[in-house]
Amino acid sequence: MRVAVKVRLKRSILDPQGKTVQQALQHLGFEQIREVRIGKLIELEIEEGQSREKIQQMLEAAGRKLLSNPVMEDFEIEYPGELP
Amino acid sequence: MKSAVIVFPGSNCDHDMLRALTLMGHRAEFVWHKTGNLSGYDLAALPGGFSYGDYLRAGAIARFSAIMKAVADFAAKGKPVLGICNGFQVLTEAGLLPGALLRNQNLRFICRPVYLRAENLRTRFTRAIQPGTTLKIPIAHGEGRFHIDPDGLKQLQDREQIVFRYANARGETDPGANPNGSLDHVAGIINREGNVLGMMPHPERAMEAILGSEDGRRIFESLSA
Repeated sequence: MRVAVKVRLKRSILDPQGKTVQQALQHLGFEQIREVRIGKLIELEIEEGQSREKIQQMLEAAGRKLLSNPVMEDFEIEYPGELP
Repeated sequence: MKSAVIVFPGSNCDHDMLRALTLMGHRAEFVWHKTGNLSGYDLAALPGGFSYGDYLRAGAIARFSAIMKAVADFAAKGKPVLGICNGFQVLTEAGLLPGALLRNQNLRFICRPVYLRAENLRTRFTRAIQPGTTLKIPIAHGEGRFHIDPDGLKQLQDREQIVFRYANARGETDPGANPNGSLDHVAGIINREGNVLGMMPHPERAMEAILGSEDGRRIFESLSA
């Protein structure tokens, strides 16, 4: 099963990369785009046959311990079907 | 004094650090990150560089090296740990220092000398610095913007854990003297116990006048004092 972990900077933290991209979009004429914030999408392939609860616990631990830095980032887990 | 210079894959200031320590009369040795033991050493130095290619976040992978368990034990015994640049990033990721280092506000990798104001001269890393002087020391980083939540910042301020701030040559913290957008001009902090220091500037690159400055010596002199 393929699961995605989305990691993004906390709202309270300035994202200069997003701001620069937003300005570039403005220059291209995409003037309706008011704000851009850039994060990371981490895709994980997970062994089948485990309960959703167990996977959720594991991914929360992985997100907290390594995939995000809780000082500056939040993360969200997305399961198949929830993915676009 | 016997010092360990910890080497991760991607460390690139390890030789500068070894030379700086040797210049100051330390017996310094490289210690590979897979080593799980720091017994016999009096100082652990985490040098600058790009450990594990800065993958995921700067310092995020290095903190799981075997040596980091040894560094945590070493620090818990009250022994001095010095993290420079990537070493500082590793120490924050490992939770040995609070806060985090984010992408520079202007998104550029900045490599130039800056001036530092030493704010707390009672630490074992700063006691040889003369009050009222600034230190000219180079920075070389893309991710040095210090961040911490408001409560954390207040604790650092109240407990005098902010050891270095970016300043101008006169020692004033005007906004133009903050190269990377660090919160409260933070360039270096110390843990509550006073034995783990992390700083983004590179004192080991400011050891000889012919290279532009020898102000970095004050930090190593403090350690030897």
